[in-house]
Amino acid sequence: MNENIKAASSKKHEPRFHIVKRDQMKWQKAWAIRFVAIVSALLFSALITVLLTGVDPIKFFSALVDGAFGTSRRRWLLIYETSILLCVALALTPAFKMRFWNTGGEGQVLIGGMATAACMILLGDKLPTPLLFLVMIVASVAAGAIWAVIPAFFKAIWNTNETLFTLMMNYIAIQLVGYFCQIWATPKGSGTIGIIPNGQFPALFGNQYLLNVIVVVALTAFMFVYLKYSKHGYEISVVGESENTARYIGVNVKKVIVRTVALSGAICGMVGLLLVAGTEHSITKNTAGGRGFTAIIVSWMAKFNPLYMVFSALLIVFMDRGAKQVTTLLKLNDSFSEIITGILILFIIGCEFFINYKIASKSHKEDKN
Amino acid sequence: MDFSVFFQRAVMQGIPLLYGSTGEIITEKSGHLNLGIPGIMYVGGISGVIGAFVYQNSAGAGGMNPFLAVFIPFICSVLGSLIMGLIYAFLTVTLRANQNVTGLALTTFGVGVGNFFGGYLIKLSNADIPSIDITPTSIFFKKTLPFAEDLGWFGKMFFSYTFMVYLAIIIALIAAYVLKKTRVGLHLRAVGENPATADAAGINVNRYKYSAICTGSVIAGIGGLYYVVDYIGSWSNDGFGDRGWLAIALVIFAIWRPHLAIPGSIVFGGLYILFQYIRSDDLAAQEIFKMAPYIVTIIVLIFISLRKKRENQPPQALGTSYFREDR
Repeated sequence: MNENIKAASSKKHEPRFHIVKRDQMKWQKAWAIRFVAIVSALLFSALITVLLTGVDPIKFFSALVDGAFGTSRRRWLLIYETSILLCVALALTPAFKMRFWNTGGEGQVLIGGMATAACMILLGDKLPTPLLFLVMIVASVAAGAIWAVIPAFFKAIWNTNETLFTLMMNYIAIQLVGYFCQIWATPKGSGTIGIIPNGQFPALFGNQYLLNVIVVVALTAFMFVYLKYSKHGYEISVVGESENTARYIGVNVKKVIVRTVALSGAICGMVGLLLVAGTEHSITKNTAGGRGFTAIIVSWMAKFNPLYMVFSALLIVFMDRGAKQVTTLLKLNDSFSEIITGILILFIIGCEFFINYKIASKSHKEDKN
Repeated sequence: MDFSVFFQRAVMQGIPLLYGSTGEIITEKSGHLNLGIPGIMYVGGISGVIGAFVYQNSAGAGGMNPFLAVFIPFICSVLGSLIMGLIYAFLTVTLRANQNVTGLALTTFGVGVGNFFGGYLIKLSNADIPSIDITPTSIFFKKTLPFAEDLGWFGKMFFSYTFMVYLAIIIALIAAYVLKKTRVGLHLRAVGENPATADAAGINVNRYKYSAICTGSVIAGIGGLYYVVDYIGSWSNDGFGDRGWLAIALVIFAIWRPHLAIPGSIVFGGLYILFQYIRSDDLAAQEIFKMAPYIVTIIVLIFISLRKKRENQPPQALGTSYFREDR
């Protein structure tokens, strides 16, 4: 197919094929194409695994499913990981819809987590628990929002490139966490903050992960309504489509950019809160764990629709956890799951082409256009 | 502190960044922001290591031919990063996929590939420490000019390096010349600024994009190779760290000019190792100093957007895909 396009761009011969942009494709058909892409990615991953290790492909797939759903603990971990990833993806979505490429989710999550950890360490034994929780929530949300607003401010005023700015902010956040890990290390000199005793969120109904799930369900609903039915959501879409149109109809573009990105960062900060106070009860440079980057892919795969995002997040986490099981089974190393996840994402990215464009042969050209 | 030693270490630390950013500049000039560079550099590194590992085990430490010892890892690295470049180009040019998403996915994939094969070879080599020893190959890469020792500090600062250091500088200078002075460079810049206009002027947009992305990936991949076989001499998983992102930062620092990336890489290399010159018991302060390259990049980024000089801006069509019928 590559040759066809190359042929289409060469000027010597009349091209036999050319590419046409589709009108809106029927959603059933679009999802069928995505389904085919996912299945092909799975088959391709299985093929690679078989070639590398000589394992039976059936064993590959059963391990994949077993790793994700095998035990009650694995199912809960799957739900938990999905909820966290979904939360970050939801956070980034309003910014993406506005065409503001927030690649700084990683840093915003970390800085929110850092603010939470700071409250837990410094105020943990000084405040009553409900007040401490309140301070933690405010601090983490504010920290995430500030971390995101800094690049947004420069984008709004001087049109500074936000992709690269937010990317750099990640590493500053990582080093800042590194700094505090040294300052507050327990035991001194170990370079790690151990389990922080105060300010841990209680386990709801004896389940450590349930709180995250409730928060993320509420957030998904909120984000869906916010983007689809609120005035803010409308302004975000207009600015994303065309800043000039937005200005023409009287939208204050600068204000919308800063406000939307602040919201994006605030939710990321809240994810930091959930991670640190809810499950990990500590913080390391690796607490965000690359979710800030994976979430970009999750959000994009779902076409920035919060409801679809539930599925794209689940798919990525399923692949990741399943592939980890394949890794253990075959005694490979952990990075194998990154390869498999990478293959899946690349296939899905590729298949979007067939949803947005079609390849028309020359004879069809006249009657279609 | 001896400045010539600091300078020498800064240069050697900066060279992987110089390869990476020269590659990324060429790519960005075609209008493609390749965030897959960190992954591509990992793949470039591990491909070279695989080549070196296979050759040195088949030839034995005594029977290694100096030319092949350098050539085999080199060609493996070039092939590995070329494949990565082709994946990126196929997805973003031919299939017009979103560049940021594709790049990030490619980085996930590339780091996974690097660490997977790294881990595999580590298991094969049965070493006590989790790394692949490629010292026998590394020796051939580390040959330096014989007269550098005799020239004192001057020799140390300018002539004490391995051939891959000079190669990086030569590649950056050639890239600067080609972009600025030749017809090919002019066409490439036209494609990156405004592909529709370039297309109308009869430039084959897709061919330029493919060539720029692949050339850029190969150069960046060689940076990974330099770090592993020349600078370190062994592979350990995640050893390359965040240098790929720093290479992307360096592109901004050099305001999209490969020849400015040469001094830029030395500055970044210096900033990168600055923390080692802080009191060695003050680990907290070291963490703060590790921020330096990123803060400097942000300041440069703000500064160039503030001054709005047209020749210092990113290519205008950066990040957007081109569809001929979409005008």
